[in-house]
Amino acid sequence: MASLTIQHVKKNFGSVPVLKGIDLEVKTGEFVVLVGPSGCGKSTLLAIIAGLESVTEGEVKIDQRVVNSVPPKDRDIAMVFQSYALYPTMTVRGNMMFGMESRGVPKPERDKAVARVAELLRIESLLGRKPNQLSGGQRQRVAMGRALVRDPKLFLFDEPLSNLDAKLRVEMRTEIKKLYQQLGKTTIYVTHDQVEAMTLASRIAVMHQGLVQQFDEPRTVYDRPANMFVASFMGSPPMNFLPAKIAVSGSPVVVLGEGNGETIRLPLPEGMAKSDSDGRPVVLGIRPENLPRYDRRHTEETPCLGTIEAEVEVVEPTGAETMVVVRIAGKEVIARFESHATHAVGERVKLAVDMTKACLFDPETETLI
Amino acid sequence: MAEATAYDPLSTAGTWGRRAKLVVYALLTLFALVYLLPFTVVLLNSFRDLGDISRNGLIGIPHSFSLDYWVQAWCKFCVGGTCEGIQPFFYNSVAMVVPATIISTAIGAINGYVLSKWRFPGSEILFGIMTLGVFMPGQIALLPWAQVLGFLGLTNSIAGLVLIHCVQGLSFTTLFCRNYYVNIPDDLIKAARIDGAGFWRIFRKVVLPLSPPIIIVTLIWQFTNIWNEFLFAFIFSSGTHQPVTVALVALSGGGTAVHQYNVESAAVLIGALPPLLIYLFGGRYFLRGLTQGALK
Repeated sequence: MASLTIQHVKKNFGSVPVLKGIDLEVKTGEFVVLVGPSGCGKSTLLAIIAGLESVTEGEVKIDQRVVNSVPPKDRDIAMVFQSYALYPTMTVRGNMMFGMESRGVPKPERDKAVARVAELLRIESLLGRKPNQLSGGQRQRVAMGRALVRDPKLFLFDEPLSNLDAKLRVEMRTEIKKLYQQLGKTTIYVTHDQVEAMTLASRIAVMHQGLVQQFDEPRTVYDRPANMFVASFMGSPPMNFLPAKIAVSGSPVVVLGEGNGETIRLPLPEGMAKSDSDGRPVVLGIRPENLPRYDRRHTEETPCLGTIEAEVEVVEPTGAETMVVVRIAGKEVIARFESHATHAVGERVKLAVDMTKACLFDPETETLI
Repeated sequence: MAEATAYDPLSTAGTWGRRAKLVVYALLTLFALVYLLPFTVVLLNSFRDLGDISRNGLIGIPHSFSLDYWVQAWCKFCVGGTCEGIQPFFYNSVAMVVPATIISTAIGAINGYVLSKWRFPGSEILFGIMTLGVFMPGQIALLPWAQVLGFLGLTNSIAGLVLIHCVQGLSFTTLFCRNYYVNIPDDLIKAARIDGAGFWRIFRKVVLPLSPPIIIVTLIWQFTNIWNEFLFAFIFSSGTHQPVTVALVALSGGGTAVHQYNVESAAVLIGALPPLLIYLFGGRYFLRGLTQGALK
């Protein structure tokens, strides 16, 4: 088990900068998820940690040791690939043993390690098979087995679940979480799927355009996103953004749709707006689930509640809940209603806004205020 | 195999489809006959006595039959002063083709492995230059080779010809192997590197076990070409060091004034036998290897 430190890492491919200065501090036993849209540099960063790519600038340390020029095999890491990368001509057992054979681990020890991991992953019955005789889920297990069998300092996962169908993906996600809880190994996990990031991570590093946008616990990343990119990337459907203005005459409020005819005023929680920010333009961010249909119990229970009336434009029932697209201050907004809610298109509904969960962003810098 | 699902232009039902099929097969049979006819003539002549040939012409129905001419051609007929048939020259060819084929294929495989999986700055340009050799006629290299062989002291030796064929064949073997290895996923190599395997271990344990289709193609290609090669063999060998292709010419030109058509025919067939056998037994592997993707 080991810690991982990444300091000012930059990477260029030719003249194209892919990583523009990454700093990450991963503590021993942490499960860190690198998440971001494709092309954000997350896989490159993982390859750099693995030693498959070199850095242009900066340092990578495993357990305080600088490993910049250490080849992958001497970094004591294991990696699970998106394509699984199982050796097609070897059996499952051969695949799992290959790494130990390369390192000259004696046979009895190899057998013991394979038996231990095969039992852990319930793949004992597959040991004699070749990869092309396995299903997708089984290949995934074997790929994990190959990584686990060596008991490395660091586990690296490169989008390990994206080649599985939706149902299997959810199953394997739970499986990975269980394994992590059992083994407590330091893990770096790359994914573009924000649900995987939320469910698995002890901390999430959201990446975009070669930079870490936010590195924090899932709850914080979700509730207090550092900027509008993080806010819209994490969460599905994404956070709604509405241009607004702060008004601090009396109790502070945020004003929507000014000059549009229907002005909406929503109360701001204590401390969210400074007294000198009167008239400051902001972007109000509200997650769909903080925008339910108004009902009576909201009035007393919620300390800082606003209400909005809006017209229903689209209704999308998903089963567990119903997504309703409404128009507020001229912008399309997605609200999450309970599943039994039935609404007709064109109907006017009253929405409750939990303003304690709202976020305000600076329209210029797009960062959280 | 995949042929079953492929579009078959001849499968059209109805009279027109059947007629089209008939025409196509008739044409194919005709072409096959055109190609087979010279072979048949030579084969038949190798069993006829000289009187029969001179009476009834080179192309004619045989009136005699003997296997004696094959024996003569193999080990008795006089070529260039020695009367051991083409046997020693045949063995020369074997001594040339076996090492040349194996070495050029092995180096081609390693080249292909490096150029596809261990790229370095300039490796694409290097590959481009190497494949230029595919389009370069052998004549261009005659003079340089003469100098190189002279410098190395390998003039008029089998070893010299082995060297020539190894180098001349590299363009092809590298091209074949590199294009095959490109289809092996890079992730496999990365996984093996993380697993602690080095350059050679990855080659032996991961890449080579995936290679039989392309190795077979390359071996067959090299064997056939080197065995049949005439130009270099003719220029750079003489006397007892000649491969069989050159000896066949000497055989038809030397000895008695009268052409021993029957013995010559048998000798030609013996000389053509190895590539023929390779084709008969290895042909389907050749086709399969050329058409098959690297990984399923």
